[in-house]
Amino acid sequence: MIKDITIGQYIPADTPVHNLDPRSKIIITFVFITALFLVNTFFGYIYILAFMGIALGLSKISPKYLFRGLKPLVFIIVLTAILNIFMTEGEIIYKLWKLTITKEGLIQAAFMCIRLVFLITGASLLTLTTSPIALTDGIEKLLNPFKKIGVPAHELAMMMTIALRFIPTLLEETDKIMKAQMARGADFESGNMIARAKAMVPLLVPLFISAFRRADELAMAMEARCYRGGDKRTRMKQLKFEMRDIYASIITIAFGGLIIWSRF
Amino acid sequence: MSIKVENLSYIYMKDTVFEHKALDDVSFEIKDGEFLGLIGHTGSGKSTLIQHLNGLMKPTSGKVFIDEDDINSKTTVKKTIRERVGLVFQYPEHQLFEETVFRDVAYGPKNLGLDDNEIENRVRFALDMVKLDYNEIKDISPFDLSGGQKRRVAIAGVLAMKPKILILDEPTAGLDPRGRDEILGEIKELHETHKITVILVSHSMEDIAKLVDKIIVMNKGKIVFIDKPSVIFRESLMLESIGLGVPQATKLARELKEKGLDIGECLSIEDAKLQILKVLRSKKND
Repeated sequence: MIKDITIGQYIPADTPVHNLDPRSKIIITFVFITALFLVNTFFGYIYILAFMGIALGLSKISPKYLFRGLKPLVFIIVLTAILNIFMTEGEIIYKLWKLTITKEGLIQAAFMCIRLVFLITGASLLTLTTSPIALTDGIEKLLNPFKKIGVPAHELAMMMTIALRFIPTLLEETDKIMKAQMARGADFESGNMIARAKAMVPLLVPLFISAFRRADELAMAMEARCYRGGDKRTRMKQLKFEMRDIYASIITIAFGGLIIWSRF
Repeated sequence: MSIKVENLSYIYMKDTVFEHKALDDVSFEIKDGEFLGLIGHTGSGKSTLIQHLNGLMKPTSGKVFIDEDDINSKTTVKKTIRERVGLVFQYPEHQLFEETVFRDVAYGPKNLGLDDNEIENRVRFALDMVKLDYNEIKDISPFDLSGGQKRRVAIAGVLAMKPKILILDEPTAGLDPRGRDEILGEIKELHETHKITVILVSHSMEDIAKLVDKIIVMNKGKIVFIDKPSVIFRESLMLESIGLGVPQATKLARELKEKGLDIGECLSIEDAKLQILKVLRSKKND
Protein backbone atom coordinates (compact mmCIF):
# COMPACT_ATOMS: atom_id res chain seq x y z
CA MET A 1 0.00 0.00 0.00
CA ILE A 2 1.84 3.08 1.23
CA LYS A 3 5.14 1.23 1.14
CA ASP A 4 5.07 1.16 -2.65
CA ILE A 5 6.25 4.78 -2.94
CA THR A 6 9.55 4.69 -4.82
CA ILE A 7 10.80 8.30 -4.94
CA GLY A 8 14.39 8.45 -3.83
CA GLN A 9 14.65 4.70 -3.68
CA TYR A 10 18.05 3.08 -4.05
CA ILE A 11 18.45 -0.20 -5.91
CA PRO A 12 21.69 -1.86 -4.87
CA ALA A 13 23.79 -3.54 -7.58
CA ASP A 14 27.40 -3.93 -8.65
CA THR A 15 27.73 -1.94 -11.88
CA PRO A 16 30.16 0.75 -13.12
CA VAL A 17 27.50 3.40 -12.48
CA HIS A 18 26.80 2.21 -8.94
CA ASN A 19 30.50 2.06 -8.14
CA LEU A 20 31.27 5.55 -9.39
CA ASP A 21 32.34 7.99 -6.71
CA PRO A 22 29.24 9.85 -5.50
CA ARG A 23 31.01 13.17 -6.08
CA SER A 24 31.47 12.31 -9.76
CA LYS A 25 27.86 11.26 -10.01
CA ILE A 26 26.56 14.47 -8.46
CA ILE A 27 28.74 16.63 -10.72
CA ILE A 28 27.81 14.59 -13.80
CA THR A 29 24.13 14.99 -12.92
CA PHE A 30 24.64 18.75 -12.65
CA VAL A 31 26.40 18.85 -16.01
CA PHE A 32 23.59 16.75 -17.45
CA ILE A 33 20.91 19.12 -16.13
CA THR A 34 22.80 22.20 -17.34
CA ALA A 35 23.23 20.58 -20.75
CA LEU A 36 19.53 19.83 -20.79
CA PHE A 37 18.76 23.54 -20.46
CA LEU A 38 21.29 24.45 -23.11
CA VAL A 39 19.65 22.26 -25.74
CA ASN A 40 17.65 24.49 -28.06
CA THR A 41 16.59 22.15 -30.87
CA PHE A 42 14.81 18.81 -30.94
CA PHE A 43 17.91 17.45 -32.63
CA GLY A 44 19.97 18.26 -29.53
CA TYR A 45 17.86 15.84 -27.49
CA ILE A 46 19.44 12.96 -29.42
CA TYR A 47 22.71 13.59 -27.54
CA ILE A 48 20.83 13.73 -24.25
CA LEU A 49 19.02 10.51 -25.09
CA ALA A 50 22.30 8.81 -26.03
CA PHE A 51 23.97 9.91 -22.80
CA MET A 52 21.01 8.81 -20.73
CA GLY A 53 20.89 5.52 -22.65
CA ILE A 54 24.56 4.76 -21.96
CA ALA A 55 24.20 5.54 -18.25
CA LEU A 56 20.99 3.50 -17.99
CA GLY A 57 22.51 0.58 -19.90
CA LEU A 58 25.61 0.51 -17.71
CA SER A 59 23.56 0.78 -14.52
CA LYS A 60 21.36 -2.21 -15.45
CA ILE A 61 18.37 -0.42 -13.91
CA SER A 62 15.14 -1.43 -15.59
CA PRO A 63 13.56 1.55 -17.41
CA LYS A 64 10.34 0.56 -15.64
CA TYR A 65 11.74 1.99 -12.40
CA LEU A 66 12.71 5.21 -14.09
CA PHE A 67 9.22 5.73 -15.42
CA ARG A 68 7.62 4.80 -12.14
CA GLY A 69 9.36 7.86 -10.71
CA LEU A 70 7.49 10.00 -13.24
CA LYS A 71 4.07 8.93 -12.04
CA PRO A 72 3.68 11.34 -9.11
CA LEU A 73 4.85 14.20 -11.33
CA VAL A 74 2.49 13.56 -14.24
CA PHE A 75 0.32 16.43 -12.99
CA ILE A 76 3.16 18.94 -13.30
CA ILE A 77 4.10 17.68 -16.77
CA VAL A 78 0.51 17.94 -17.98
CA LEU A 79 0.12 21.41 -16.47
CA THR A 80 3.31 22.55 -18.21
CA ALA A 81 2.02 21.20 -21.50
CA ILE A 82 -1.35 22.95 -21.14
CA LEU A 83 0.15 26.29 -20.16
CA ASN A 84 2.56 26.16 -23.08
CA ILE A 85 -0.08 25.17 -25.60
CA PHE A 86 -2.43 28.01 -24.71
CA MET A 87 -0.07 30.78 -23.66
CA THR A 88 2.36 30.87 -26.57
CA GLU A 89 1.66 33.43 -29.25
CA GLY A 90 2.12 32.69 -32.93
CA GLU A 91 0.40 31.10 -35.91
CA ILE A 92 -3.14 30.19 -34.78
CA ILE A 93 -4.31 26.67 -35.60
CA TYR A 94 -7.48 26.47 -33.55
CA LYS A 95 -9.53 29.06 -31.73
CA LEU A 96 -12.11 28.44 -29.05
CA TRP A 97 -13.58 31.60 -27.53
CA LYS A 98 -10.60 33.24 -25.83
CA LEU A 99 -8.37 30.17 -25.91
CA THR A 100 -6.09 29.79 -28.86
CA ILE A 101 -3.85 26.95 -29.85
CA THR A 102 -0.81 27.97 -31.85
CA LYS A 103 1.69 25.97 -33.81
CA GLU A 104 4.50 27.48 -31.78
CA GLY A 105 2.62 26.56 -28.63
CA LEU A 106 2.42 22.87 -29.56
CA ILE A 107 6.11 22.75 -30.43
CA GLN A 108 7.03 24.59 -27.24
CA ALA A 109 4.86 22.22 -25.15
CA ALA A 110 6.47 19.12 -26.64
CA PHE A 111 9.91 20.64 -26.12
CA MET A 112 9.24 21.50 -22.49
CA CYS A 113 7.71 18.12 -21.68
CA ILE A 114 10.67 16.24 -23.10
CA ARG A 115 12.95 18.49 -21.04
CA LEU A 116 10.99 17.77 -17.88
CA VAL A 117 10.93 14.02 -18.47
CA PHE A 118 14.71 13.99 -18.97
CA LEU A 119 15.19 16.18 -15.92
CA ILE A 120 13.21 13.86 -13.66
CA THR A 121 14.57 10.61 -15.03
CA GLY A 122 18.13 11.96 -14.89
CA ALA A 123 17.77 12.90 -11.25
CA SER A 124 16.05 9.57 -10.48
CA LEU A 125 18.95 7.70 -12.04
CA LEU A 126 21.25 9.38 -9.54
CA THR A 127 19.18 8.32 -6.52
CA LEU A 128 18.47 4.86 -7.93
CA THR A 129 22.17 4.08 -8.24
CA THR A 130 23.56 5.91 -5.19
CA SER A 131 22.81 4.94 -1.62
CA PRO A 132 21.57 7.84 0.50
CA ILE A 133 24.63 7.58 2.71
CA ALA A 134 27.01 7.81 -0.24
CA LEU A 135 24.98 10.68 -1.64
CA THR A 136 25.20 12.78 1.51
CA ASP A 137 28.89 11.89 1.88
CA GLY A 138 29.41 13.21 -1.61
CA ILE A 139 27.47 16.39 -0.90
CA GLU A 140 29.41 16.99 2.28
CA LYS A 141 32.73 16.64 0.46
CA LEU A 142 31.60 18.90 -2.36
CA LEU A 143 30.43 21.56 0.11
CA ASN A 144 33.67 21.42 2.09
CA PRO A 145 35.31 24.36 0.27
CA PHE A 146 32.35 26.54 1.27
CA LYS A 147 32.96 25.89 4.94
CA LYS A 148 35.30 28.88 4.93
CA ILE A 149 32.42 31.20 4.21
CA GLY A 150 30.35 29.66 6.99
CA VAL A 151 28.38 26.88 5.28
CA PRO A 152 27.85 24.15 7.91
CA ALA A 153 28.62 21.36 5.44
CA HIS A 154 28.81 18.51 7.91
CA GLU A 155 25.67 19.50 9.80
CA LEU A 156 23.71 19.85 6.55
CA ALA A 157 24.88 16.44 5.39
CA MET A 158 24.06 14.86 8.75
CA MET A 159 20.57 16.36 8.71
CA MET A 160 20.02 15.03 5.22
CA THR A 161 21.29 11.59 6.16
CA ILE A 162 18.94 11.44 9.13
CA ALA A 163 15.96 12.72 7.17
CA LEU A 164 16.55 10.19 4.39
CA ARG A 165 17.14 7.41 6.89
CA PHE A 166 13.78 8.04 8.52
CA ILE A 167 11.61 8.21 5.40
CA PRO A 168 11.09 4.41 5.21
CA THR A 169 10.73 4.18 9.00
CA LEU A 170 8.02 6.81 9.09
CA LEU A 171 6.27 5.28 6.08
CA GLU A 172 6.23 1.95 7.86
CA GLU A 173 4.95 3.62 11.01
CA THR A 174 2.19 5.36 9.04
CA ASP A 175 1.21 2.06 7.51
CA LYS A 176 1.08 0.42 10.93
CA ILE A 177 -0.97 3.13 12.63
CA MET A 178 -3.30 3.28 9.65
CA LYS A 179 -3.92 -0.44 9.93
CA ALA A 180 -4.39 -0.24 13.69
CA GLN A 181 -7.04 2.45 13.27
CA MET A 182 -8.64 0.56 10.38
CA ALA A 183 -8.91 -2.43 12.70
CA ARG A 184 -10.97 -0.10 14.90
CA GLY A 185 -13.28 0.68 11.99
CA ALA A 186 -11.55 3.82 10.68
CA ASP A 187 -12.23 4.70 7.08
CA PHE A 188 -9.59 6.73 5.24
CA GLU A 189 -10.89 6.26 1.75
CA SER A 190 -14.48 7.48 1.51
CA GLY A 191 -16.37 10.67 2.31
CA ASN A 192 -15.89 14.28 1.21
CA MET A 193 -12.81 16.44 1.76
CA ILE A 194 -13.77 17.50 5.30
CA ALA A 195 -14.62 13.96 6.42
CA ARG A 196 -11.31 12.73 5.02
CA ALA A 197 -9.32 15.47 6.68
CA LYS A 198 -11.02 14.66 9.97
CA ALA A 199 -10.25 10.96 9.51
CA MET A 200 -6.56 11.87 9.36
CA VAL A 201 -6.43 13.05 12.98
CA PRO A 202 -6.23 9.51 14.46
CA LEU A 203 -3.35 8.89 12.05
CA LEU A 204 -1.41 12.14 12.41
CA VAL A 205 -1.46 12.51 16.19
CA PRO A 206 0.20 9.12 16.87
CA LEU A 207 2.56 9.67 13.94
CA PHE A 208 3.81 13.01 15.30
CA ILE A 209 4.18 11.60 18.79
CA SER A 210 6.22 8.72 17.46
CA ALA A 211 8.36 10.99 15.28
CA PHE A 212 9.21 13.15 18.30
CA ARG A 213 9.92 10.09 20.40
CA ARG A 214 12.25 8.74 17.74
CA ALA A 215 14.04 12.08 17.38
CA ASP A 216 14.55 12.17 21.13
CA GLU A 217 15.87 8.63 21.25
CA LEU A 218 18.20 9.21 18.33
CA ALA A 219 19.61 12.39 19.89
CA MET A 220 20.19 10.48 23.11
CA ALA A 221 21.90 7.60 21.29
CA MET A 222 24.16 9.98 19.37
CA GLU A 223 25.02 11.82 22.56
CA ALA A 224 25.79 8.52 24.28
CA ARG A 225 28.32 7.78 21.57
CA CYS A 226 29.93 11.19 22.00
CA TYR A 227 28.84 12.63 18.67
CA ARG A 228 30.29 16.12 18.35
CA GLY A 229 29.85 17.05 14.71
CA GLY A 230 32.19 17.94 11.90
CA ASP A 231 35.74 18.86 12.87
CA LYS A 232 38.35 16.14 13.22
CA ARG A 233 35.80 13.46 12.44
CA THR A 234 37.28 10.59 10.45
CA ARG A 235 35.30 8.16 8.38
CA MET A 236 35.44 4.42 7.80
CA LYS A 237 34.86 4.60 4.06
CA GLN A 238 37.07 7.21 2.44
CA LEU A 239 35.84 8.47 -0.89
CA LYS A 240 38.42 7.90 -3.62
CA PHE A 241 38.53 8.91 -7.26
CA GLU A 242 39.43 5.96 -9.47
CA MET A 243 40.04 5.26 -13.14
CA ARG A 244 36.34 4.83 -13.84
CA ASP A 245 35.71 8.34 -12.47
CA ILE A 246 38.23 9.69 -14.95
CA TYR A 247 36.58 7.80 -17.83
CA ALA A 248 33.16 9.04 -16.77
CA SER A 249 34.49 12.61 -16.58
CA ILE A 250 35.97 12.38 -20.07
CA ILE A 251 32.68 11.13 -21.49
CA THR A 252 30.78 13.87 -19.67
CA ILE A 253 33.11 16.60 -20.91
CA ALA A 254 32.74 15.30 -24.47
CA PHE A 255 28.98 15.23 -23.99
CA GLY A 256 28.94 18.81 -22.71
CA GLY A 257 31.07 19.89 -25.66
CA LEU A 258 28.69 18.23 -28.12
CA ILE A 259 25.73 20.01 -26.58
CA ILE A 260 27.40 23.41 -26.80
CA TRP A 261 28.51 22.68 -30.37
CA SER A 262 24.93 21.65 -31.28
CA ARG A 263 23.68 25.13 -30.38
CA PHE A 264 25.52 26.70 -33.32
CA MET B 1 -17.00 -17.88 15.43
CA SER B 2 -14.76 -20.01 13.34
CA ILE B 3 -11.91 -19.09 11.06
CA LYS B 4 -10.88 -21.09 8.03
CA VAL B 5 -7.80 -20.31 5.97
CA GLU B 6 -7.29 -22.05 2.64
CA ASN B 7 -3.99 -22.12 0.71
CA LEU B 8 -3.13 -18.58 1.71
CA SER B 9 -0.03 -17.05 0.10
CA TYR B 10 1.25 -13.51 0.23
CA ILE B 11 4.17 -11.99 -1.65
CA TYR B 12 5.61 -8.64 -0.55
CA MET B 13 6.55 -6.13 -3.27
CA LYS B 14 5.79 -8.53 -6.08
CA ASP B 15 7.76 -8.08 -9.34
CA THR B 16 10.53 -5.99 -7.80
CA VAL B 17 14.03 -6.87 -6.62
CA PHE B 18 12.66 -6.77 -3.07
CA GLU B 19 10.13 -9.54 -3.72
CA HIS B 20 9.68 -11.73 -0.67
CA LYS B 21 7.30 -14.58 0.01
CA ALA B 22 5.85 -13.87 3.46
CA LEU B 23 3.18 -16.57 3.47
CA ASP B 24 3.46 -19.79 1.54
CA ASP B 25 0.39 -21.95 1.07
CA VAL B 26 -0.97 -21.71 4.61
CA SER B 27 -4.11 -23.66 5.52
CA PHE B 28 -5.74 -24.20 8.92
CA GLU B 29 -9.00 -23.98 10.79
CA ILE B 30 -9.87 -22.52 14.19
CA LYS B 31 -13.08 -23.61 15.86
CA ASP B 32 -15.47 -21.42 17.79
CA GLY B 33 -14.26 -20.64 21.32
CA GLU B 34 -10.74 -21.95 20.89
CA PHE B 35 -7.71 -20.33 22.49
CA LEU B 36 -4.90 -20.54 19.98
CA GLY B 37 -1.23 -19.66 20.25
CA LEU B 38 0.77 -18.54 17.23
CA ILE B 39 4.53 -18.80 17.58
CA GLY B 40 7.41 -18.34 15.22
CA HIS B 41 10.73 -16.57 14.85
CA THR B 42 10.85 -12.89 13.82
CA GLY B 43 10.00 -12.74 10.13
CA SER B 44 8.25 -16.09 10.07
CA GLY B 45 5.04 -14.50 8.77
CA LYS B 46 2.98 -14.32 11.97
CA SER B 47 2.12 -10.64 11.66
CA THR B 48 1.35 -10.98 7.98
CA LEU B 49 -0.93 -13.91 8.71
CA ILE B 50 -2.99 -12.16 11.38
CA GLN B 51 -3.46 -9.11 9.21
CA HIS B 52 -5.12 -11.35 6.65
CA LEU B 53 -7.63 -12.54 9.21
CA ASN B 54 -9.51 -9.24 9.37
CA GLY B 55 -9.01 -8.12 5.81
CA LEU B 56 -6.27 -5.54 6.40
CA MET B 57 -4.14 -7.34 3.84
CA LYS B 58 -5.30 -8.91 0.62
CA PRO B 59 -3.89 -12.36 -0.11
CA THR B 60 -1.86 -12.87 -3.28
CA SER B 61 -3.70 -16.18 -3.54
CA GLY B 62 -5.91 -18.29 -1.30
CA LYS B 63 -8.97 -17.58 0.81
CA VAL B 64 -9.96 -16.60 4.34
CA PHE B 65 -13.38 -17.46 5.74
CA ILE B 66 -14.90 -16.06 8.91
CA ASP B 67 -18.00 -18.10 9.71
CA GLU B 68 -18.32 -19.26 6.10
CA ASP B 69 -18.04 -15.67 4.76
CA ASP B 70 -15.22 -15.17 2.30
CA ILE B 71 -13.79 -11.92 3.68
CA ASN B 72 -12.18 -10.85 0.43
CA SER B 73 -15.23 -11.31 -1.77
CA LYS B 74 -16.66 -8.10 -3.21
CA THR B 75 -19.96 -8.48 -1.39
CA THR B 76 -18.39 -8.56 2.09
CA VAL B 77 -18.29 -5.21 3.87
CA LYS B 78 -14.87 -4.83 5.50
CA LYS B 79 -16.24 -2.96 8.50
CA THR B 80 -18.47 -5.88 9.51
CA ILE B 81 -15.44 -8.17 9.38
CA ARG B 82 -13.43 -5.80 11.54
CA GLU B 83 -16.30 -5.62 14.00
CA ARG B 84 -16.26 -9.41 14.34
CA VAL B 85 -12.49 -9.85 14.33
CA GLY B 86 -10.70 -7.53 16.74
CA LEU B 87 -6.98 -7.09 16.12
CA VAL B 88 -4.65 -5.67 18.76
CA PHE B 89 -1.32 -4.73 17.20
CA GLN B 90 2.07 -4.90 18.84
CA TYR B 91 2.62 -1.88 21.12
CA PRO B 92 -1.02 -0.84 20.71
CA GLU B 93 -0.44 2.22 22.94
CA HIS B 94 1.23 3.85 19.91
CA GLN B 95 -2.17 4.24 18.32
CA LEU B 96 -3.69 6.39 21.11
CA PHE B 97 -4.64 9.86 19.91
CA GLU B 98 -7.66 11.31 21.74
CA GLU B 99 -7.79 13.88 24.51
CA THR B 100 -9.44 11.61 27.04
CA VAL B 101 -9.46 7.89 27.67
CA PHE B 102 -13.23 7.80 27.15
CA ARG B 103 -13.02 9.33 23.69
CA ASP B 104 -10.18 7.08 22.66
CA VAL B 105 -11.94 3.88 23.67
CA ALA B 106 -15.14 5.22 22.07
CA TYR B 107 -13.41 5.67 18.71
CA GLY B 108 -14.10 2.12 17.52
CA PRO B 109 -17.79 1.97 18.58
CA LYS B 110 -18.31 5.43 17.07
CA ASN B 111 -16.95 4.19 13.75
CA LEU B 112 -19.50 1.39 13.92
CA GLY B 113 -22.22 4.06 14.05
CA LEU B 114 -23.63 3.15 17.48
CA ASP B 115 -25.72 5.60 19.53
CA ASP B 116 -24.31 7.50 22.52
CA ASN B 117 -25.91 5.27 25.11
CA GLU B 118 -24.52 2.11 23.61
CA ILE B 119 -21.12 3.74 23.17
CA GLU B 120 -21.01 4.56 26.87
CA ASN B 121 -21.98 0.99 27.75
CA ARG B 122 -19.29 -0.35 25.49
CA VAL B 123 -16.61 1.90 26.98
CA ARG B 124 -17.65 0.88 30.50
CA PHE B 125 -17.55 -2.78 29.51
CA ALA B 126 -14.16 -2.52 27.80
CA LEU B 127 -12.46 -0.58 30.61
CA ASP B 128 -13.96 -3.00 33.09
CA MET B 129 -12.54 -5.96 31.16
CA VAL B 130 -9.01 -4.55 31.39
CA LYS B 131 -9.51 -3.79 35.11
CA LEU B 132 -9.49 -0.02 34.85
CA ASP B 133 -11.90 2.07 36.92
CA TYR B 134 -14.29 3.81 34.53
CA ASN B 135 -15.10 6.84 36.70
CA GLU B 136 -11.53 7.38 37.74
CA ILE B 137 -9.93 7.17 34.33
CA LYS B 138 -12.45 8.30 31.73
CA ASP B 139 -11.52 12.00 31.73
CA ILE B 140 -7.76 11.60 31.98
CA SER B 141 -5.55 12.13 28.92
CA PRO B 142 -4.25 8.74 27.76
CA PHE B 143 -0.80 10.31 27.42
CA ASP B 144 -0.61 10.92 31.17
CA LEU B 145 -0.97 7.22 32.01
CA SER B 146 1.76 4.73 32.82
CA GLY B 147 3.01 2.30 30.16
CA GLY B 148 0.92 -0.62 31.41
CA GLN B 149 -2.21 1.53 31.72
CA LYS B 150 -1.74 2.93 28.21
CA ARG B 151 -1.53 -0.61 26.88
CA ARG B 152 -4.78 -1.51 28.66
CA VAL B 153 -6.61 1.52 27.30
CA ALA B 154 -5.46 0.58 23.81
CA ILE B 155 -6.62 -3.01 24.24
CA ALA B 156 -9.93 -1.68 25.61
CA GLY B 157 -10.24 0.34 22.40
CA VAL B 158 -10.48 -2.93 20.48
CA LEU B 159 -12.61 -4.73 23.07
CA ALA B 160 -15.18 -1.91 22.89
CA MET B 161 -16.08 -3.16 19.43
CA LYS B 162 -17.17 -6.41 21.08
CA PRO B 163 -15.34 -8.71 18.69
CA LYS B 164 -16.22 -12.40 18.59
CA ILE B 165 -12.64 -13.21 17.68
CA LEU B 166 -9.77 -11.42 19.38
CA ILE B 167 -6.27 -11.47 17.93
CA LEU B 168 -3.39 -10.08 19.99
CA ASP B 169 0.10 -9.55 18.60
CA GLU B 170 2.61 -9.80 21.47
CA PRO B 171 0.34 -8.05 23.98
CA THR B 172 2.91 -8.31 26.76
CA ALA B 173 6.00 -7.08 24.87
CA GLY B 174 7.96 -4.60 26.98
CA LEU B 175 5.86 -5.01 30.14
CA ASP B 176 7.21 -5.94 33.56
CA PRO B 177 6.36 -9.43 34.90
CA ARG B 178 3.41 -8.16 36.92
CA GLY B 179 1.95 -6.19 34.05
CA ARG B 180 2.39 -9.25 31.86
CA ASP B 181 0.60 -11.58 34.23
CA GLU B 182 -2.26 -9.12 34.67
CA ILE B 183 -2.83 -8.62 30.96
CA LEU B 184 -2.67 -12.36 30.26
CA GLY B 185 -5.08 -12.99 33.16
CA GLU B 186 -7.53 -10.50 31.71
CA ILE B 187 -7.33 -12.14 28.30
CA LYS B 188 -7.94 -15.53 29.86
CA GLU B 189 -10.95 -14.23 31.76
CA LEU B 190 -12.32 -12.69 28.59
CA HIS B 191 -11.99 -16.01 26.84
CA GLU B 192 -13.67 -17.93 29.62
CA THR B 193 -16.53 -15.61 30.56
CA HIS B 194 -17.41 -14.27 27.13
CA LYS B 195 -16.60 -17.38 25.12
CA ILE B 196 -14.69 -15.49 22.47
CA THR B 197 -12.13 -17.07 20.21
CA VAL B 198 -8.63 -15.81 21.00
CA ILE B 199 -5.46 -15.95 18.93
CA LEU B 200 -2.35 -15.01 20.89
CA VAL B 201 0.89 -14.26 19.07
CA SER B 202 3.84 -14.56 21.40
CA HIS B 203 7.52 -15.22 21.73
CA SER B 204 7.20 -16.44 25.28
CA MET B 205 6.78 -20.21 25.43
CA GLU B 206 5.81 -19.88 29.11
CA ASP B 207 2.82 -17.65 28.35
CA ILE B 208 1.70 -19.80 25.45
CA ALA B 209 2.00 -23.09 27.36
CA LYS B 210 0.00 -21.74 30.29
CA LEU B 211 -2.94 -20.42 28.30
CA VAL B 212 -3.66 -21.97 24.95
CA ASP B 213 -5.49 -25.11 23.78
CA LYS B 214 -3.65 -25.35 20.50
CA ILE B 215 -0.45 -23.98 18.98
CA ILE B 216 0.46 -23.08 15.43
CA VAL B 217 4.21 -23.00 14.81
CA MET B 218 5.35 -20.99 11.81
CA ASN B 219 8.68 -20.90 10.02
CA LYS B 220 9.59 -18.99 6.84
CA GLY B 221 5.97 -18.35 5.91
CA LYS B 222 4.87 -21.94 6.36
CA ILE B 223 3.04 -23.77 9.12
CA VAL B 224 5.34 -26.35 10.65
CA PHE B 225 3.06 -27.75 13.37
CA ILE B 226 -0.50 -27.42 14.58
CA ASP B 227 -1.17 -29.33 17.79
CA LYS B 228 -1.70 -29.28 21.56
CA PRO B 229 1.10 -27.62 23.58
CA SER B 230 2.10 -30.90 25.22
CA VAL B 231 2.64 -32.49 21.81
CA ILE B 232 4.42 -29.48 20.30
CA PHE B 233 6.86 -29.12 23.17
CA ARG B 234 7.95 -32.72 22.77
CA GLU B 235 9.69 -31.55 19.57
CA SER B 236 12.29 -29.45 21.36
CA LEU B 237 15.06 -30.14 18.83
CA MET B 238 12.85 -29.15 15.93
CA LEU B 239 11.75 -25.99 17.75
CA GLU B 240 15.33 -25.06 18.51
CA SER B 241 16.34 -25.56 14.88
CA ILE B 242 13.87 -22.84 13.83
CA GLY B 243 15.03 -20.44 16.53
CA LEU B 244 12.41 -21.24 19.17
CA GLY B 245 12.58 -23.14 22.43
CA VAL B 246 10.39 -24.94 24.94
CA PRO B 247 9.20 -23.62 28.33
CA GLN B 248 11.85 -23.74 31.06
CA ALA B 249 9.75 -26.15 33.12
CA THR B 250 9.42 -28.56 30.19
CA LYS B 251 13.16 -28.44 29.64
CA LEU B 252 13.87 -29.06 33.30
CA ALA B 253 11.50 -32.03 33.50
CA ARG B 254 13.03 -33.56 30.39
CA GLU B 255 16.56 -33.23 31.72
CA LEU B 256 15.56 -34.71 35.08
CA LYS B 257 14.00 -37.64 33.25
CA GLU B 258 17.21 -38.21 31.29
CA LYS B 259 19.01 -38.35 34.63
CA GLY B 260 16.70 -41.13 35.70
CA LEU B 261 13.96 -39.36 37.63
CA ASP B 262 10.49 -40.80 37.04
CA ILE B 263 8.74 -37.60 35.92
CA GLY B 264 6.15 -36.83 33.25
CA GLU B 265 5.73 -33.93 30.82
CA CYS B 266 5.40 -30.50 32.43
CA LEU B 267 4.21 -27.27 30.82
CA SER B 268 4.30 -24.80 33.70
CA ILE B 269 6.44 -24.18 36.76
CA GLU B 270 3.46 -25.02 38.95
CA ASP B 271 3.10 -28.31 37.11
CA ALA B 272 6.81 -29.11 37.49
CA LYS B 273 6.72 -28.31 41.19
CA LEU B 274 3.89 -30.76 41.83
CA GLN B 275 5.50 -33.51 39.79
CA ILE B 276 8.93 -33.14 41.39
CA LEU B 277 7.43 -33.07 44.90
CA LYS B 278 5.47 -36.20 44.12
CA VAL B 279 8.56 -38.05 42.95
CA LEU B 280 10.62 -36.90 45.93
CA ARG B 281 7.92 -37.93 48.42
CA SER B 282 7.50 -41.36 46.90
CA LYS B 283 11.28 -41.80 47.14
CA LYS B 284 11.21 -40.87 50.81
CA ASN B 285 8.58 -43.50 51.45
CA ASP B 286 10.68 -46.26 49.88
